[in-house]
Amino acid sequence: MKITGIGASTGISISKAFVLEETKFEIIKESHNNAEFELNTLQNAIQKSKDDLIRLRDETLEKLGRSESLIFDAHLLVLEDPELTSETIKIIETQNVTAQYAYNSVCEKYINIFKNIDNEYMRERVADIQDISKRVISKILNIEITDTSSINEEVIIVANDLTPSDTAQLNKEFVKGFITNIGGRTSHSAIMARTLEIPAVVGTKTSTSSIKNDDVIILDGDEGLVLVNPSHEVIEEYTTLIEKHELEKQQLQKLVNMKSMTLDGKHIELAANIGSPKDVEKVLEYGADGIGLYRTEFLYMDRDSLPTEDEQFEAYKTVLEAMDNKPVVIRTLDIGGDKELSYLKFPEEMNPFLGYRAIRMCIDRPDLFKTQLRALLRASIYGNLKIMFPMISTINELIEAKTILNEVKTELIDSNNEVSDSIEIGMMIEVPSTAVLAHQFAKHVDFFSIGTNDLIQYTFAADRMNEKVTYLYQPLNPALLHLIQNVVQSAHKENIWVGMCGEMAADERAVPILLGIGLDELSMSAPSILKVKNQVRNISNKEALELSLAALECETEDEVIKLMEENNA
Amino acid sequence: MRKDYLVVDELGLHARPATLIVQEASKYDNDIHIIYNDNKVNAKSVMSVMAMAITYNTKFGVEVEGENPETVFAAIEQILTDNKII
Repeated sequence: MKITGIGASTGISISKAFVLEETKFEIIKESHNNAEFELNTLQNAIQKSKDDLIRLRDETLEKLGRSESLIFDAHLLVLEDPELTSETIKIIETQNVTAQYAYNSVCEKYINIFKNIDNEYMRERVADIQDISKRVISKILNIEITDTSSINEEVIIVANDLTPSDTAQLNKEFVKGFITNIGGRTSHSAIMARTLEIPAVVGTKTSTSSIKNDDVIILDGDEGLVLVNPSHEVIEEYTTLIEKHELEKQQLQKLVNMKSMTLDGKHIELAANIGSPKDVEKVLEYGADGIGLYRTEFLYMDRDSLPTEDEQFEAYKTVLEAMDNKPVVIRTLDIGGDKELSYLKFPEEMNPFLGYRAIRMCIDRPDLFKTQLRALLRASIYGNLKIMFPMISTINELIEAKTILNEVKTELIDSNNEVSDSIEIGMMIEVPSTAVLAHQFAKHVDFFSIGTNDLIQYTFAADRMNEKVTYLYQPLNPALLHLIQNVVQSAHKENIWVGMCGEMAADERAVPILLGIGLDELSMSAPSILKVKNQVRNISNKEALELSLAALECETEDEVIKLMEENNA
Repeated sequence: MRKDYLVVDELGLHARPATLIVQEASKYDNDIHIIYNDNKVNAKSVMSVMAMAITYNTKFGVEVEGENPETVFAAIEQILTDNKII
């Protein structure tokens, strides 16, 4: 049997199925003969649930970080709700019913109230109350809930959906993948699978009813495919494929400590993109030369208020120290467009990608911008910090941003704070106006980093979220290559370095061209680094230069792709 | 002591700020209540506060009993303004 869904996390696994069934209790109205006994049972159950939740929260905080652990703080608050407890006690005492019946009826009352509120945020709380109610009642009844913590052999989990409590308890050693009925690429279970680096297929609709425990499953997260009890031939085919991937991975692993240098000795820096301090571990594991892009917006997301200066300072300091004097490019807040914050109001816009975002908002809100800059400058003494401004369109904006930075620096020094005096200041090249006028911009900064995702969408005037125009998303189009070439040549004329931090930097068809054009640094997601390093080590700079010149002569993207494919063959 | 506030957030007093207010209220020994549409609930109960479903462009009251009510009001108002609720 073949089931298709959405490939939410890449990789292939073959293992037995473990179908996670939802525990359901039947709670009937029973009277008790000892109120004190029921009250004690209730208090014990609440206490045990509290211990569970604190443990889950702390484990999650350690394994996955703060934003994932917040859900358990919310659960604790509901569990310890004074009204919830006192209403339950009152029902036990006045109606002579059991603790489980009383607790369940109070939870049901609130669930019904929340279900009827005309507000999505409130309705989401229903799942939380159900989760807590299930936990407490199972403690009262002394029933173990089937959960993922009991797994002690290699399995692929099949579930309707995975709750945060489920994923927090997973044993990474045994869980070889997830299959869920519901969800998409951005649902909780999909994000978890990518964090844990295990394959996942979500949104399969019917997996829990069509897969049984111990069925043999081939899970292909690359293709979004699930094969149930496949034939021996198919299993063998996939086993060979897994071995091939494994072998490639081992081969690449040997490159970790080797230089990213071409056959004829030209060095290109390979750096990593990160979103939070906990990503640094991966960066070091894959042997990156530095961090080419630290997206600070994640510090601002998944929370209820702006991060304080000290919170930011701690995050930046952690990254700088962990990177031990290797370069760390930190991009100032790039919010707006498709990235919104619950606690900051953005105006409704016709074209959010062409609107109030990133540096445009920061210049308009110096209070917010200065907090971040203070934190950055204070952290600068802990490593090799480079500060980068996103979405610059004009020289005036760049000067304005640099002026604010200098004001903050003077204020800090005047109040006896230590600030490094060798911080490089750079800008993203993602608006075509800056790529065209790069020779002027280069006089005002210490480096450029080309953000290809936005540069492509602005150059071809094609929304990258719109499926109807994805054919216009053309990283290898000669028009874009000429813009990149102009940026690199202008930068080198002013003796500044230029990097690239978009998806194109890890595109194997583009790497030789980028080398040939003369980029000094490529920054990408950490797991891509070794593949690109392998490519760099197997080409000469001379060959790369010739390829790039030929690509620049092409008329269409198709011609460039053909050229690169012939070169690979 | 009682103070009233007008909700200017289009989502109303939604789950996240409600949670923050309950967490803050729970830090004090004072009896604290939220009053809305003739209902009065314990501000330390997250379920009760959220169940009121306080909506955009309506007023709700906060009542603080006991010592130093100003401290409590200041802390709660800080959360409400930080989250652009009032």
